[in-house]
Amino acid sequence: MTTSLRINGTEHLVDVDDDTPLLWVLRDVLGMTGTKFGCGAALCGACTVHIDGAPTRSCITPVNGATGAEISTIEGIGTTEIGKKVQNAWLQNEVVQCGYCQSGQIMSAVALLTNNPHPTDADIDEAMSGNICRCGTYMRIRDAIKLAIDGHRG
Amino acid sequence: MMMASDLLGGAGADALVSRRLFLKASSAAGGALLLGFDLLADVDRAVAAEQETFEPNAFVRVGRDGRVKIIVPYVEMGQGNYTTIPMLVAEELEVPLDAVDAEHAPPNEKLYGNPLLGGVQATGGSTATRAVWKPLREAGAAARTMLVAAAAQRWSVAPSSCKAQDGEVVHPGTGRRLTYGALVEAASAQPVPQSVELKRPEDFKLIGTSAKRLDAPAKVSGKAVYGIDVRLPNLKIATLAQSPVFGGRLKSVDDTKAKAVKGVRQIVRLDDCVAVVADHMGAAKKGLEALDIEWDDGSHRNLETADIQRELEEATLKRGAVAKEVGDVAKALETAARKVDATYQVPFLAHATMEPMNCTVHVRPDACEVWVGNQVIARAQAAAAAVTGLPLEKVAIHNHLIGGGFGRRLEVDGVTRAVQIAKLVDGPVKVIWTREEDIQHDMYRPFFLDRISAGLDGSGAVIAWRHHFAGSSILSRWLPPAFQNGLDPETIDGAANIIYGLPNFRLEYSRVEPPGIPTAFWRSVGPSHNIFVVESFIDELAAAAKKDPVSFRLSLLDHQPRAKTVLALAAEKSGWGTPLPERRGRGVSVQFVFGTYMAQVAEVEVTNDGSVRVRKVVCAVDCGTAINPDVVEAQVQGAVMFGISAALYGEISLKNGRVEQGNFDTYQVLRLNEAPTVEVHIVKNNEPPGGMGEPGTSAVVPAVSNAIYAATSIRLRRMPIDASALVNK
Ligand code: FES
Ligand code: FES
Repeated sequence: MTTSLRINGTEHLVDVDDDTPLLWVLRDVLGMTGTKFGCGAALCGACTVHIDGAPTRSCITPVNGATGAEISTIEGIGTTEIGKKVQNAWLQNEVVQCGYCQSGQIMSAVALLTNNPHPTDADIDEAMSGNICRCGTYMRIRDAIKLAIDGHRG
Repeated sequence: MMMASDLLGGAGADALVSRRLFLKASSAAGGALLLGFDLLADVDRAVAAEQETFEPNAFVRVGRDGRVKIIVPYVEMGQGNYTTIPMLVAEELEVPLDAVDAEHAPPNEKLYGNPLLGGVQATGGSTATRAVWKPLREAGAAARTMLVAAAAQRWSVAPSSCKAQDGEVVHPGTGRRLTYGALVEAASAQPVPQSVELKRPEDFKLIGTSAKRLDAPAKVSGKAVYGIDVRLPNLKIATLAQSPVFGGRLKSVDDTKAKAVKGVRQIVRLDDCVAVVADHMGAAKKGLEALDIEWDDGSHRNLETADIQRELEEATLKRGAVAKEVGDVAKALETAARKVDATYQVPFLAHATMEPMNCTVHVRPDACEVWVGNQVIARAQAAAAAVTGLPLEKVAIHNHLIGGGFGRRLEVDGVTRAVQIAKLVDGPVKVIWTREEDIQHDMYRPFFLDRISAGLDGSGAVIAWRHHFAGSSILSRWLPPAFQNGLDPETIDGAANIIYGLPNFRLEYSRVEPPGIPTAFWRSVGPSHNIFVVESFIDELAAAAKKDPVSFRLSLLDHQPRAKTVLALAAEKSGWGTPLPERRGRGVSVQFVFGTYMAQVAEVEVTNDGSVRVRKVVCAVDCGTAINPDVVEAQVQGAVMFGISAALYGEISLKNGRVEQGNFDTYQVLRLNEAPTVEVHIVKNNEPPGGMGEPGTSAVVPAVSNAIYAATSIRLRRMPIDASALVNK
């Protein structure tokens, strides 16, 4: 059946089963490949998007659970003030290695800073521990989040 | 990104091969690669009126707009190759790094084979930087020499009175200047220099600086295209189930329910695999789950890890191939005042790259195209040719960014599988492995088992060292000529070339290929096993001799000044010897592998329930010239996290012939909340660069294990760490 999705401010109509995970609708149906597949089981965070601002694992979110909501993905996050700051902090800190996990890392970090502009170390641990990075960029992710906060304050 | 194969056109690469060599092989390391410098400017090409780019060799393209394309023979897997390799060329070519674009090399082993990996066009073993260090600077210098000659000719001045800077040739005497872009045609007509002069280290402008990574912006905006992101018209998506027991066969499959799933288009049956082809991965997965499959498990149906362990144990009791022998170990052991014996073992490990295995293929009657991220693209091409029966030149490989390699993509099993499926599909198909399929059909870091003994004299000095281990030899399969007299250099790396001065030494290796489980390279490969054993055992000897682990090691390193320096530096920066709270400890390791000296001190905390938290790792590294110090630091940080994942959690086990782990819940890896601080101290010098992708992984495992000993007096001789052994210790 046809489902309507609002992604990064644009309406899209897709014709898939209701229980199709949002991840595959984004990637395979709509061609938005910035959101990544890592585990398919909410274990790695690579597929993180925002649904009404909440960080959400799109690999286990059925598409009908996202209708009527505001979905944002890595492709659109740079248009928000915090999104831009986080991306810049990532660049300034040279966080990325293979880069495959970084869409999800950035989406988790932006959600964290949007809901909690001054996170403690424990808040960062909590918000980011669901995002695996096999290249081990964790230290730089921590530092980049702090850099984005400072930029925010400044 | 446009692929180099497109740029060159179908026959381009071959045509280039036929052009004459212009730089002579000048060192053993660079030799094979330099055979690649053959493509220069034959006259007809050079004077062609429509000359759009200046192509002095296989690696450099200068466009009319002055932009420089660098054909990077080694793939980007996160290790910074797309930044450090262009830096080498840009340094000698005298162009700013932001005028440079990096491009994957097409499959062509003659042009782009890796001299450090037997001429295979491969990125692995921390070889990339070492293999290109001289040849790629020479490629840049040759291009620069020709551009300067072209400008000098136009101005009728001596080339020596001109200089190259910032993408231009200038004549300081008259203030005249010409951009490289304006010199494309004229430079192409210049003779190829027979030899070139490289810049002196003190004149480097880029090398040694932490230049920004060229691949980063696309990776933070979601625009970077990995193999899994390929999009094509009418592309179908497939996912697969392979025989859960290696070597098993498909007996039957009922696909009635799967075919009813919306979006499912086709069920593909192979001898040992079923694939569901669909409009999108959601439908493909749903279809796969709806299949009712029966397997014939075959001869490995009862295989357990313990069977393999037993086989290796028995092998170490027989004679192995002697890898190295110094003095008379047997006699020295007899006279030793104290003898220490131990058995070590390390498990099978999966790679679990963040980007699951995938490969996109379009098979037509007369051609085949493959889109993939792979570390050995010439082999990928050969694999596709073998499955389709097409000649090599009918197989085009479009290589992509790699979402983590760690050795996994030095194999082409995934390409073979995807082409087998695509052969039965009309139109292009992207085959994606689920995470479970990726982990259960990996090719694994081998299981190794070691028996080791040493003798100490009355003063605690090591007078004998006898080491015998058994396990798989990856090179014997991957590069057969490298396996000789029962040995290959990679499997024994770190054990045979032990850095300590030992008067009586013997290393034996027994090759045992485990049945029913394929093995392959895995970040830091041989040393990932050997350094764990050697650096743990030397720690045992220090304890037996009642010596401090750092000073004990230093006393065995008089002939190794660079190793001594990194060890002393890591000790100093870590506060070695200063008091720590209860249940905390520091452990050390030192090594020389992949051309890099490294010492690490890990600080761990062991809680009462036995769980281990690595708090901090201090690393001192001498990798010769650090081309990009920030990339060196990032590689160490990442390699350390990778090693800690293995130490804390990494284990692939077999039960009833099946891999027991499946996803990140059962094959855990380190997460941000568990990540230590990693401090990296680089020793500066102008030695040739060493490899950086892997040393951090092999060094951290023994450092952590030794730290646990310091905290608890429990010596762990097998990985991963067994928390139950540490409860209340
Ligand atoms: S792919 Fe969704 S959490 Fe891993
Ligand atoms: S950068 Fe490679 S997985 Fe995170």
